[in-house]
Amino acid sequence: MNPSAPPHDMVVIKHLVKQFGQLRAVNDVNLTVPHGQVVVIIGPSGSGKSTVLRCINHLETPTSGEIWVDGRQLTHASKDLNAVRAEVGMVFQQFNLFPHLTAVENIMLAQRVVRKRSTAEARRVALQQLERVGIPEKAKTYPGQLSGGQQQRVAIARSLAMNPKVMLFDEPTSALDPEMIKEVLDVMLDLARDGMTMVVVTHEMGFARNAANEIIFMDHGQIIERGTAEGFYTNPQEERTRSFLSQILH
Amino acid sequence: MLVPPPQRPNRLTPMLDVAADWPWWLIVTILLGLLILFSIVTNTRMQNIFWAISAGVLITLVVSVSAYAIAVTIGLVVGLGRVAKNRVIFNLAAFYVEIVRGVPILVLLLYIAFVGVPAMVAGINAVGDWLVGLGLGFIGYGLTNFSTRNVDFVLRVVIGLGVAYGAFEAEIFRAGIQSVEKGQMEAARALGMTYYQAMRHVILPQAVRRILPVLGNDFVSMVKDSSLVSVLGVADVTQLAKLYASSTFLFFQTYSMLAFIYLVLTILLTRVVRAIEGRLSLFRQ
Repeated sequence: MNPSAPPHDMVVIKHLVKQFGQLRAVNDVNLTVPHGQVVVIIGPSGSGKSTVLRCINHLETPTSGEIWVDGRQLTHASKDLNAVRAEVGMVFQQFNLFPHLTAVENIMLAQRVVRKRSTAEARRVALQQLERVGIPEKAKTYPGQLSGGQQQRVAIARSLAMNPKVMLFDEPTSALDPEMIKEVLDVMLDLARDGMTMVVVTHEMGFARNAANEIIFMDHGQIIERGTAEGFYTNPQEERTRSFLSQILH
Repeated sequence: MLVPPPQRPNRLTPMLDVAADWPWWLIVTILLGLLILFSIVTNTRMQNIFWAISAGVLITLVVSVSAYAIAVTIGLVVGLGRVAKNRVIFNLAAFYVEIVRGVPILVLLLYIAFVGVPAMVAGINAVGDWLVGLGLGFIGYGLTNFSTRNVDFVLRVVIGLGVAYGAFEAEIFRAGIQSVEKGQMEAARALGMTYYQAMRHVILPQAVRRILPVLGNDFVSMVKDSSLVSVLGVADVTQLAKLYASSTFLFFQTYSMLAFIYLVLTILLTRVVRAIEGRLSLFRQ
């Protein structure tokens, strides 16, 4: 078996284990995300799905196992880590926009400080991304003046401005009022259609159906079942999958 | 059935009822202040006292502002050290904060003025000797001949007060940094920023905005604590008052004037600090 990641797979996770003291949050998870594909992870809370996501960009340090991003294995060496993180965009449930900066400044900051782009170049890219997510007029507003859906779209633009190779989404719509969920999901769908490699943890089954190449169901730190979008809903194999789906599809 | 409204116990008349809610502390303070002001204007003796000791106000302010600047700088550096992951830095910072906060400020001032500064001078002399040994006499001799007497007492107390308050400011900076949500650091790191970049561009700007009111209050405290430098003979307003009172025996009038001056200073400075806070919160979102 070839121990190193094949060049076309964007994310490879092998035998990932994450332990928090006594609790084994992630228990031997294996996962591959090919280039340009969308993988959606679903599961009840506490299933470890967010932890798996956060291990991909080392916001959580794995207890054991291997994580490969774009052919490079993630280790503890921090210079390495910052470089990899610049290639991996992450969108958080709580948006985590920088409140003391305007929307465009939020998007410009990492470009200037990490990618070393000039202020003019950073602003150009920032405005471009704000257009892409549909709110170019909000460039000079502060996050506190934006709605939840707008804030999340700025957060997505902020990550996209770094030209990442893969985007991670950690329950991006869970903190939003229902009427704003669609605008964010539409942006994510657009991204998927444009060929971005995405790993999405979400409860939005509609999005999973429309965008996912593969759906993974996790429970208690393990992958219970995985399949294509169609197969997942029409014919779930495992009992736990069936009971989870029956609870959330209403 | 109507229930009668509850009676306030132990009130004699409705008039006293209303008066009980007035801010008597403020009324009495203002009356006393006006009394002193009146006495300064009418009584030549009080005027003499005022002019004799008010020269010290400049020293008081210079000492307060310089020491506070040092304290805030130390506070920022040590505060960052208190949240650092590096165990060496963390322990050094914790050591400094615990020791300095545990010793009375007066004792710290004595220590730094009579122990710390001579030790520093000895160090400078040693460096001077080394430089002379290397042949760099033109710098070296200046350092070798540097003596403790060359260090002005005002400088010593400014350093002392700065170091003393620095420990408190460090804790304030630490609290400010820790009050910023964890998600902010996560988002910054997820974008590829280093710890220091995240601190400088994301965490510290937010932390400082949050602790500005506390920093302002601490400056007013510093003005009051600057009175301690009188113990080392520095000619601030307290020292001048002590000298004047003991030579004229007008203890009551002199010390009342002294308290009055400090009150005016602190009340004015508090107003200024609040005004600055107000302006800054307009920019803050």
